Amino acid sequence: MSKIFVKGNEAIARGALDAGCSCYFGYPITPQNDIPEFMSTALPKAGGQFVQAESEIAAANMLLGAGACGIRAMTSSSSPGISLKQEAISYMAGSDLPGVIVNISRGGPGLGDIGPSQGDYFQAVKGGGHGDYRQLVLAPGTVQEAYDLTMLAFDLAFAYRNPVMILGDAIIGQMMEPVRLHRRKAQDSAESESWRLEGFGKRMPRVIKSLRLAEGTLGKHNEHLQQKYTAARRECRHEEFMTEDAELIVVAFGSIGRIAKSTIRRLRQQGHRVGLLRPITLFPFPSRALQDLAENGKRFMTIEHNMGQMVEDARLALCGLAPCGFYGHLPGNLPTPDDFEGPILKEFNSGT
Amino acid sequence: MSIYQDAIIAGFGGQGVMLMGTLLAVSAMESDMEVTYIPVYGPEMRGGTANCTVVISDEEIGSPIIRRPLSLIAMNRPSLEKFQPLVRDNGVVLINSSLVEPDLTDNGRIRAFSVPVNDIAAELGNLRLANMVALGAYVRITGIIALEAVIKSLSRVIPERYHHLLGHNTRALEAGAAEIRDKYPSGG
Amino acid sequence: MQEVLAYKSPEILADTPTHFCPGCHHGIVHKLLAACLEEKELAEKSICVAAIGCGAFIYNYVLVDSLEAPHGRAPAVATGVKRSSPDSFVFVYQGDGDLASIGLAEIMHAANRGERITVVYVNNTVYGMTGGQMAPTTMVGQKTTTTPGGRQPELDGFPLQMAEIMSRLRGVHFAARVAVNNIKNLKKAKKALLRAFEVQKLGMGFGFVEFLASCPTNWRMTPVEANERVAGEMIPYFPLGVLKDAVAEEG
Repeated sequence: MSKIFVKGNEAIARGALDAGCSCYFGYPITPQNDIPEFMSTALPKAGGQFVQAESEIAAANMLLGAGACGIRAMTSSSSPGISLKQEAISYMAGSDLPGVIVNISRGGPGLGDIGPSQGDYFQAVKGGGHGDYRQLVLAPGTVQEAYDLTMLAFDLAFAYRNPVMILGDAIIGQMMEPVRLHRRKAQDSAESESWRLEGFGKRMPRVIKSLRLAEGTLGKHNEHLQQKYTAARRECRHEEFMTEDAELIVVAFGSIGRIAKSTIRRLRQQGHRVGLLRPITLFPFPSRALQDLAENGKRFMTIEHNMGQMVEDARLALCGLAPCGFYGHLPGNLPTPDDFEGPILKEFNSGT
Repeated sequence: MSIYQDAIIAGFGGQGVMLMGTLLAVSAMESDMEVTYIPVYGPEMRGGTANCTVVISDEEIGSPIIRRPLSLIAMNRPSLEKFQPLVRDNGVVLINSSLVEPDLTDNGRIRAFSVPVNDIAAELGNLRLANMVALGAYVRITGIIALEAVIKSLSRVIPERYHHLLGHNTRALEAGAAEIRDKYPSGG
Repeated sequence: MQEVLAYKSPEILADTPTHFCPGCHHGIVHKLLAACLEEKELAEKSICVAAIGCGAFIYNYVLVDSLEAPHGRAPAVATGVKRSSPDSFVFVYQGDGDLASIGLAEIMHAANRGERITVVYVNNTVYGMTGGQMAPTTMVGQKTTTTPGGRQPELDGFPLQMAEIMSRLRGVHFAARVAVNNIKNLKKAKKALLRAFEVQKLGMGFGFVEFLASCPTNWRMTPVEANERVAGEMIPYFPLGVLKDAVAEEG
């Protein structure tokens, strides 16, 4: 198929449609409004349902309802709205329900600003709501990836019966790039046949719930969830750029990953042996990739658009195998390759 | 050496700056180049100017946001004052000399090109074509994309209800390129 | 002598001891629901959205496909269910704290959108499961664990009359308030519930049935006293009847 030139937000909406998403629930918030706006015309045209909910809380609960019916559905928002969705996400995780949640995040805490930020990393990868659960988190770095990973998000949500989050920011959401589209596929109804609700018909009634009061059942369920998260480790994805002969590896995700790539190209031209590891799955975190590089004698630093969040996962992955520095770009400021040059050089030189 | 160009395109809201950026970007895509376009958010948004950044390369593009661009299209004076100091040495600065005094350019450090895009657009019968005149001039200066590719991409970027104006836009693009050819025979 | 089957419990009603307190009306509403679902031949295609509170365990008694919603969110969850599974018969079972307090936004907007769902709302003027705190429907002067001196309107506001509120919304096709404190009211309740089901079945719109119910435990009353309170105190403030039947009115 030929390429189209679209915003990251539109790419996400198109990715959802092409993955067989037939229900969208959302509430307006900047900078992700292109998603509901696109869906409001495209989804009914494709035979699906678009609902502008009364709140992010309601939208996420509609997602829960659609997920229980085994339907591919999505909600999207930005940071403050994502906080409101956490209640339903926790219930979905506790009820083994699939669903795709998009966070085109912005600066915080509180109302913050509408500019890009990676301040929601912890919220995304550590659960976000109450209880001991995780969601799978995919972080696109290009508009093509925003499209591809949204399609993947639906497959993963149903494969693991778990919420999956796309974590982008105002840069990924608002920038435009060429995108090569895939053939649209309809949802395979078999993927939810064994558990979805549709009326009991000729079988026994099913109950989907997260309440587990009988002795031992909650513990057992938590064990089951942890097994699921362990199994999801096989979904780890990351990109490496010029790591082979690098002394220092910059670890950065999403928009910051690609901006850092420009800095690394420039530093390479100056003869500095630096490379990039861009995690594409944030949960599961590509720990193995970091460990392998550490065993080859590399040093690390994370660059984040926050005051230091992913660095904790990187250090946990490395577990003392190699040092891992950190540079945090403040929210409210647009990051450029120039901003990272000094911090990378400083880290690079500190080890020589 | 690989092909690489980046541009900040800036002007008043309403001057069609975003359309210039998307047209340049789509033309690059149609020319099988890698390209990114981003309307700039944040503090840069304030002060009545609109701007976007386009990056074009034959290699995978890293940052879509550029602090120190290789080229600048300044459609008004505030845009020149804001972004000219950031343009890299020997970079291209194209100004709309209908609204900006050419002697405000930092000629010598950068390569300045002055095109009275509003006047040329007015001569063509529609002031709103000024952005197309400027883009025609820009692709002629930088040579990053063939003018024909830009003309061919017009129909993909301009909404269908305005397709009766495709001819006007084509002539505006050509007029901008012609101005550079005539005025800067060696530097174009 | 010939044996005659005089009474048969609904098949989808679980034959199990209940966790409800003696004299609680939830069990009666459960049975009524089950009977109406069977009578309308809706059980096999039903999806029940349960809420939080004493009624949360409806899925242990009314045996249809069921889903648990977070506190107050059942109408939003049911919206997602009905929109993604339009051929299913979708009903919501909520108490007064769930629907009229924490879930007020969700019920108002699901009703206002005219979602093709049926809401069964059980109002017993108190938070039952958490131990008898003030509910949005607690009567003026009623003592609860958080209004030890009785509900004072100047501090606590007034009991919300949800059936009336619902009946004013354009998206609502059927709204009624019923009680199950005596046989006469029980018969009327059944009629209202059947009508609400029919409204959804025919794709006409949102149906709302408010049940006045007793809570002897948290009212600190005997079951008989509690039953009498429904008639003596609740019905005068929460009058019974069909408040809206848009289709019937049009016809």
